[in-house]
Amino acid sequence: MTLDTSPPATSETTTRRANGFAAVLRLREIPVTLALIALVTLTYMANPLFLSQQGVKDLLLNATIVIILSVGQAMVIVTRNVDLSIGSILGIVAFSTGTLFVTFPGIPIVLVFLAGMALGALLGSINGCLVTVAKVPSLVITLGTLYIYRGLNNAWAGGTQYFAGDRPDSFGALSVDTIAGFPVITLIAIVVVIIVAIFMASTRPGRDLYAIGSDPEAAKLFGIPVTRRVLLAFLSNGVLAGLAGVLYASRFNSVGATTGTGLEFDIIAAAVVGGVAIFGGSGTVIGAAIGALLLTTITSALTAIRVDKFWQQAIVGLLILAAIVIDRIARIRTAKKLRLSEARDV
Amino acid sequence: MEFIRYTKTRRTRRLLAFAAAAASVALVASGCASGGDAGTGGGAEGDLSITFIPKQLNNPYTDVVLGGGEDGATAAGFAATEVVGPLEASASSQVSFINAETQAGTSVIVIAANDPDAVGPALEEARAAGAKIVAFDSDTNPKYRDVFISQVIAKDVALIQIELLAEQIGGSGEIAILSATANATNQNEWIKFIEEELASNPEYAEISLVAKVYGDDDDTKSFQEAQGLLQAYPSLKGIISPTTVGIAATARYLSTSNYKGTVALTGLGLPNEMRPFVKDGTVTAFALWDPAQLGYVAAFAGKALADGTITGTEGDTFDAGDLGEREVGADGIVIVGPPTTFNADNIDDYDF
Repeated sequence: MTLDTSPPATSETTTRRANGFAAVLRLREIPVTLALIALVTLTYMANPLFLSQQGVKDLLLNATIVIILSVGQAMVIVTRNVDLSIGSILGIVAFSTGTLFVTFPGIPIVLVFLAGMALGALLGSINGCLVTVAKVPSLVITLGTLYIYRGLNNAWAGGTQYFAGDRPDSFGALSVDTIAGFPVITLIAIVVVIIVAIFMASTRPGRDLYAIGSDPEAAKLFGIPVTRRVLLAFLSNGVLAGLAGVLYASRFNSVGATTGTGLEFDIIAAAVVGGVAIFGGSGTVIGAAIGALLLTTITSALTAIRVDKFWQQAIVGLLILAAIVIDRIARIRTAKKLRLSEARDV
Repeated sequence: MEFIRYTKTRRTRRLLAFAAAAASVALVASGCASGGDAGTGGGAEGDLSITFIPKQLNNPYTDVVLGGGEDGATAAGFAATEVVGPLEASASSQVSFINAETQAGTSVIVIAANDPDAVGPALEEARAAGAKIVAFDSDTNPKYRDVFISQVIAKDVALIQIELLAEQIGGSGEIAILSATANATNQNEWIKFIEEELASNPEYAEISLVAKVYGDDDDTKSFQEAQGLLQAYPSLKGIISPTTVGIAATARYLSTSNYKGTVALTGLGLPNEMRPFVKDGTVTAFALWDPAQLGYVAAFAGKALADGTITGTEGDTFDAGDLGEREVGADGIVIVGPPTTFNADNIDDYDF
């Protein structure tokens, strides 16, 4: 390096970083947001009922549970892990919520929420412990716990199902009543998104999750407590899956042995479509939440304009592929830029 | 993802070797076991076994049917009763269970088919090995079974549903059907009769069926299908849901939306599940039969087939315990009883 080349290089790096930041924004949350706006507008033009008061309420309610789960999943995926067991966690928590209301009539609703989130935390931390302590990849571990938790739910519930009628009206009302047009449970989801977004963007442990996902070995060498942080991500995801389970019991009619089966893929799809890179290290929970809103809105939109179910799935598939292609292009560009700047600095 | 990085470690290779060894041992062992079982199962007289394979386990309706089936099996004198089945209702999910029963040499297999043909080859193998096949609740293709125990006459079930809905919507308007899976045998048969009745009966001339959607007997999916129906067809007057999961999910959606009281809902439901919706006025009346009797008669039919008392031809009669005698009708179909209508006045008399 010589003296006269270094100052311009530094200033270029700063501008490049600013540009890079803008590019990342442009590449990740913006496309999915634009897709969402276009989708809603087009559907509204085809069927004005889509944005009627009841229509909007349904859209928000459909997205609520998926948003909460996607935010949790995004935290895990950012660390270059994945949690496939969330559908099973949601199911077991939803059933235990039903059980609590039947076993202890008159139990305070807040207590039920806390119990559900505690159970979720327990199941999530089991995932986290197995992944970090046993050093087995999360894909395999959580595939295992997916079946174990589902098995426990099946053994516990058997053919028993609890119905909306078994739960207090005020609990069901959470997913019926609105405040300023927003259903109560949707407001809960929005609060969750804001809290987790702040945590991920501007706290030390939150940034550590990105560092771990970018390069686990480097993160370890750098002195980041990788085990503790990954455990934290799984635990938080469990808490959110628990919260989603309680909300599921509030919204839907029956909770039983099969509640939440197969949900995991929708959630991972939502996170990926929302710009969370499946190999970890980048993406935001706000992106994941918008991804969740987009996917649930597509289903409603296509139904509202009477498109066949088959196309709905095909379109979701296309979106996932598009998200991955965008991610790939972004990575290649960043790598190229880094190479160029490195080359110039030598 | 992560797992790729670990595949080449020594520990994994050792684990793989162990797993492979364990798998081979298990294969050899199970080979011996099934060979032995087939030998005893075929020959032993008075030591009959019966296995129920429902569409899916842990379904509340199925549980009532199976409860009746187990009572019936004990009363009919089976030595062993088993219930096996998939946790999700899909076309091919029952095949492996049928194969396992064939290998175990079970004398009677009672099955509610998720798909009339997908289970065919497996059932043929089971029959070749000496098993008697009783279909109940949802029929297989008739060539794959000896008798079919039908809850009611299919046409009666269809007629009562359209009758109830026509009454509730005042005899005219757009209606839709929210069913189980798109290839469920029993639902499709009822839907066919509903369509025929709508086309042929002048009383229903002003009712038009505008959509058929499928909630796959999944609470969430059915819920969202109901929601979609009301959005896509703003002038919809009523919904028929000929499945217990579908009607309950739809009722839940209606009762929590603006459509409560303006869109009628009927179909086939379980009284325990529908009680709150009848009480709060979302649903006026719906229908069903007593599911326990279905399992009960199926068990006795299985016994009669295994004993050789009947062969499943038209005109055969057999004793069905407490329910008296039942006759095999055309196509090997045995009818259990008439459907019951439930409304606010009588719903508290039933507990299932």
